[in-house]
Amino acid sequence: MKTALHSEWTKLRTVAGPGWLLMAAIALTAVVGALAANAISCPGGGCQVDPAKVSLTGIYLGQAIVAIVAVTAVSGEYSTGMIRLTLTATPRRWQVLAAKAAVVGTATLVTGVVAVLASVLAGRLLLDGHGIDAAHGYAGLSLASGAVLRAAAGSVLYLALIALLSLGVAWAVRDSAVAIGVVLGLLYLFPIIAGVIGDADWKRHLDQISPMVAGMYIQATTDLRSLPLTPWQGLGVLAAWAAGALLAGGLLLHLRDA
Amino acid sequence: MTALAPFRSPVATGSDGFGSLLRAEWTKFRTVRGWVIGMLVGSLLIVGLAALTGANSVCSFQPNGSTAAQACPAPPTGPGGEWVTDAFYFVRQPLAGQGSITVRVTSLTGLYSTQGGVGFGQNPLAGMTPGVQPWAKAGIIIKAATTAGSAYAAMMVTGSHGVRMQWDFTNDVAGMAGKVSAASPRWLRLTRAGDVIRGYDSADGTHWTLVGTATLAGLPAVSQAGLFAATPGYTMSSTGFGTASVKGGLALATGVFDGVSRQGGWPSGQWTGGAIDANSPAAGSLPTSAQGFTQAGGRFTVSGSGDIAPAPNAGETAQNTLAGTFAGLIAAVVIGVMFITAEYRRGLIRTTFAASPRRGRVLAAKAIVLAVVTFAAGFVATVIAVPLGEHLLRENGNPIYPLSLLTDARITAGTAALLAVAAVLALAVGALLRRSAGAVTAVIAAIVLPYLLATLPGVLPAAAEEWLVRLTPAAAFSVQQSVPAYQQIAGQYTPGNGYFPLAPWVGFAVLCAWAAAAFALAVFVLRRRDA
Repeated sequence: MKTALHSEWTKLRTVAGPGWLLMAAIALTAVVGALAANAISCPGGGCQVDPAKVSLTGIYLGQAIVAIVAVTAVSGEYSTGMIRLTLTATPRRWQVLAAKAAVVGTATLVTGVVAVLASVLAGRLLLDGHGIDAAHGYAGLSLASGAVLRAAAGSVLYLALIALLSLGVAWAVRDSAVAIGVVLGLLYLFPIIAGVIGDADWKRHLDQISPMVAGMYIQATTDLRSLPLTPWQGLGVLAAWAAGALLAGGLLLHLRDA
Repeated sequence: MTALAPFRSPVATGSDGFGSLLRAEWTKFRTVRGWVIGMLVGSLLIVGLAALTGANSVCSFQPNGSTAAQACPAPPTGPGGEWVTDAFYFVRQPLAGQGSITVRVTSLTGLYSTQGGVGFGQNPLAGMTPGVQPWAKAGIIIKAATTAGSAYAAMMVTGSHGVRMQWDFTNDVAGMAGKVSAASPRWLRLTRAGDVIRGYDSADGTHWTLVGTATLAGLPAVSQAGLFAATPGYTMSSTGFGTASVKGGLALATGVFDGVSRQGGWPSGQWTGGAIDANSPAAGSLPTSAQGFTQAGGRFTVSGSGDIAPAPNAGETAQNTLAGTFAGLIAAVVIGVMFITAEYRRGLIRTTFAASPRRGRVLAAKAIVLAVVTFAAGFVATVIAVPLGEHLLRENGNPIYPLSLLTDARITAGTAALLAVAAVLALAVGALLRRSAGAVTAVIAAIVLPYLLATLPGVLPAAAEEWLVRLTPAAAFSVQQSVPAYQQIAGQYTPGNGYFPLAPWVGFAVLCAWAAAAFALAVFVLRRRDA
């Protein structure tokens, strides 16, 4: 297993793509979060602003880039034909799956930590400038606060889980364009469909099983009673999706040809 | 010995015409099973999601005094065919032929409830808070008949929008600004001459300003004219993360009029007072026991509830059946990207450019084939999805907003065109990047992500939402907007509720501009780069 891990790490770091993409993910997450925080203006006070969620809005874009990195890590092997070499070197296919998940997941975790810290910092500076701070009655944006720490740490875990979900789908589908289409469809279609369904019960259920909407509940620090799930339950839904995708991908990897 | 004739192939020479290029690209598309299946899957998703929306949106209401649930009733339609709310308290007399009515309004006050509807049998006004809604109305009106939805023209003072002249539900012109009170009263006048009604206002009763001229075609000779009062209910909307809720309650408005003077074919005798369309559940008005008028000498006090305005939110529209557009969009984008990147991956690009050295034409032929196929698949899908979705919605008791044929055509053909242009954009980005995963994500992030951020309530503030939906390719979704935004109703005109800031074809042109720019860049890069 150690050699499998070492080889997966070598594959990830020697290709230029993933490194630049992860750095772009950090930059874009911070920039989009800063733009969202800058756009808030509440001169009279009394607005319903969730400071942590606003400054972490960039995760919506960062997750797409993390998904690309994870999908190309797998689909690149199939499109270049290197998968035959990989599976010859490591015949126990679950080891290949586990090693790739561990390496890509860890890289995403590190990226996520940097991105979230940058977003929270940018958000705090900009929101304070707009008067959304503790002095005006809003929840302050400091990591010492339990709720904000949960939102930030949860967002890092969210990115890692998105990477694992994308890995699982890519193992199952093998083609990069279709895999990324399936992942983005899973993420973006649930809330759009929930938006048009008129039945309130169905809307709630759709929101509860949706990977992105439920996963994003981890970022909510205010008005938690209006959510259909608690924040950690929401992240658990995304974890279930990621586990299911990895399981399906692993089964198909095991049963199919290289 | 005879010389052997050199071999000449009997096959006709090929031509480098654009037609054979198109044929080549079409062959490349249709012979890949996966792409054809992908287009079909996209179409099926559009139809399937329309059916899902229709089957899961149930609307029912129980009329008073009955436990059986009925389908939600459709609101009355105005002279222009749109849904309207036409509920108010009318103090009237018949006006034969031409004439005029002039009043002085000295006060407009109101009550509202924050707790939703009121119980019947109790005092409906118990527990209401004093306060006037922004669009509370009191003034004078000339109406074709007392049926809901009939043509009218009215001059009124409003809660916080000053004096207004409104006619036939969709027309609204502003007059003098400022709130009405005993210290600053407002004089209002309506004159009818044939089918033309003119509205005037004045601050002192002597200097009159023409506010607007209404032509009501087919106004009967004897119209109903007089005083009215109405107010829409109180609404307070709150947005949490991913959820938005609107709370409210019914309201009452009371206007005090004096100085009533009339000219023309008015009868002598008493005024008749009555609530128009008060018992319709869609009207949002208090029971008739709470409305009414009193007359003391020349002074009238009229209390009414309800609204005289378009009612766009009383049911479902064709726009709501097309949530599947996004699924179709993702399929179209994936296939558009793969159409070009598969050539690079398999090395076919070298053969293609050897056969057709003019690279811009190759990309143009690909774009045409892709656009035609995507438009055809999308059009068939939307032409099936919209009627199917509307049929299922109707069966579940939802009233469907009446749209003109032109609007229906715009929504279905516009959605198919949106899918086609998005596929061309994906083709161009794929040619630029040559990597499929990045190209698919870039295009989907440019089209779907702004739409999502703008329509999920509570994620972004309103200014950022509007900005996103104007500048990004997601602006093209305004072709799907079915109902125009009306100024005279206080409502949430956000993309989340189906209202887009740009006109439909302007929004589509934004997407076309993005696609054209990407295409031009792709041709430029393609000519300079290696195969």
